[in-house]
Amino acid sequence: MSSLDSRILPRQKTISAEARRSQQQKVLLITLFFLPGFVMLFLFIIAPVFQAGYYSFYKWNGLGPLQNFVGLENYQRALTHQVFREALLHNMIIMVLSLTIQLPLAMFLALILIRGKLRFQRFWRAIFFIPFVFSEPITAYMWLFVYHPHSGLVNTFFSQVIPGFESQAWLGNQSTVLTALFVVITWKYFGLHMLLFMAGIQNINTEVEDAARTDGANEGQVLRFVTFPMMLPTIQLSAFLSILGSLQLFGIVLLMTKGGPAYASELIVTYIYKFGLQRLNLGYGSAVSVLLFFIALIFSVGYQRTVMRVDNTK
Amino acid sequence: MKHVWGFLKYGVVIVLAIIMSGPVITALLGSIRTSGEFVSQPIGLPKNGIQWENYTDILFSSSFWSQMWSSIVITLGAMVVAVVVSSLLGFVFARVDFRGRTLWFNLLMIGLLFPLAVAILPLFIQLTQFGLINSYWGVILPIAAFSTPFNTVILTNFFSQIPRELEDASYIDGCSRFGFFTYILLPLARPPLTVVATLVVVASWNEFLLPLIVLNDPGKWPLPLGLMQYQGQFGTDWAKVMAFVMLLIIPAVIFYMFAEKYIVTGLTGGELKG
Repeated sequence: MSSLDSRILPRQKTISAEARRSQQQKVLLITLFFLPGFVMLFLFIIAPVFQAGYYSFYKWNGLGPLQNFVGLENYQRALTHQVFREALLHNMIIMVLSLTIQLPLAMFLALILIRGKLRFQRFWRAIFFIPFVFSEPITAYMWLFVYHPHSGLVNTFFSQVIPGFESQAWLGNQSTVLTALFVVITWKYFGLHMLLFMAGIQNINTEVEDAARTDGANEGQVLRFVTFPMMLPTIQLSAFLSILGSLQLFGIVLLMTKGGPAYASELIVTYIYKFGLQRLNLGYGSAVSVLLFFIALIFSVGYQRTVMRVDNTK
Repeated sequence: MKHVWGFLKYGVVIVLAIIMSGPVITALLGSIRTSGEFVSQPIGLPKNGIQWENYTDILFSSSFWSQMWSSIVITLGAMVVAVVVSSLLGFVFARVDFRGRTLWFNLLMIGLLFPLAVAILPLFIQLTQFGLINSYWGVILPIAAFSTPFNTVILTNFFSQIPRELEDASYIDGCSRFGFFTYILLPLARPPLTVVATLVVVASWNEFLLPLIVLNDPGKWPLPLGLMQYQGQFGTDWAKVMAFVMLLIIPAVIFYMFAEKYIVTGLTGGELKG
């Protein structure tokens, strides 16, 4: 027995040494594999975001040292600046329009394409989705001509359809500019939501829908009580992307209207670009950025809460 | 009734497709006519012959090719960095058990809340402090960083589907963890790696805001900024601008046709088929 023990003990020692070596190897591997990703994440996302909180208490042009501590003045200035408040309002309007017009349109098309069993589905999908892979300048300049005040596509179309129609400067008019831009945004981005919805519909088990039909539900009821609830995760993802997406809008608006006329199409990011970056008001711009972070945070937390509530009621 | 529905559904889709392609067709027809023709009649065939010089003026200019080069450098750079970084992260999250894994993963997910455009001014300050203004790295690294959270999710999902037995077998055959990652996992992961690469290519090829604030020297500008510059020069000469637009649309459409499967899979988080 004792001889057995003496034979086993050294072996156990080597096993634990091996285990320790493998543990060390594991720690080394995790460190090496995590390092590039988290260093990048820290340097370019996390650190700048926290630094912005710090800079937002200073008046600073980015060149000299940080000396001019102004406390909350930058925030106060932003919140009382009429242009900023309008920009915020415009973002909210586009967000609401996206959720109420863009997403239903995308859903409608996805349903027709898949449930209607249309032929050449890939072709139709490409037509509706391809603007998503165009850059913002491509989109902006194409549509700049579509809205040309004298001879654009829109004016030509309306003057042929409506007798006595007078050409409009759609982008030059404070009351039409936001709607006109929303059409461009829809044109470029609704294909993404259609793509998501098409994938969502295809993942539904059609037997459940058939069962509902057998039980006497009409097509409208099947959609409302079976199809849409089963697509809820997709719809939620789509709504979330749409909300975050409308907070980020920049290039199309900058290139088509520069936020004008008279700030009628100013958005938060174009505001940060103009009043923070171009004029090198980096302290002030940081404060506006921090406000934007909070808005994004409120929407994503609020979104997750509603998602949880919906899940609880099920 | 069936005929009416069949007719109606195609009718609706065709009308919407015409509206969708209207701007592109206008741009195409505009780019092969004179600006005079274009402005007097937005849609129409060329009456004075096809104006090839709208295209050749751009294609024979050196700035177009230097912008093309910048776009390629930025796109390839961002793609390589993003793929390497996210596959390393995805491997650890999917295949290595350690304490605090969820914590690190959630930390990564915070990145999803701050899209690039939203964090642009703080990012600009940081890039200035690093001396990365006017450098391609100042465009490449942030694009890779901001795309990393989403890419890592895609790769973690794929890597965790690889059966445990395969990993054990490779250890018995004398593979280290690193060897398993390099020689077994990565070759198997070619489809999801292509998905990640494709999404980063689309995003970095089209990125407009970041190069606009980072690259001061117009000689370094990529194609989207090149188009902006060209429009600034020839703003009223619509035909020329539309030719530039078409020169950028054509490769985008061709790329979409080849990469469709990967783009659709990546954006919908679906499984790769075929």
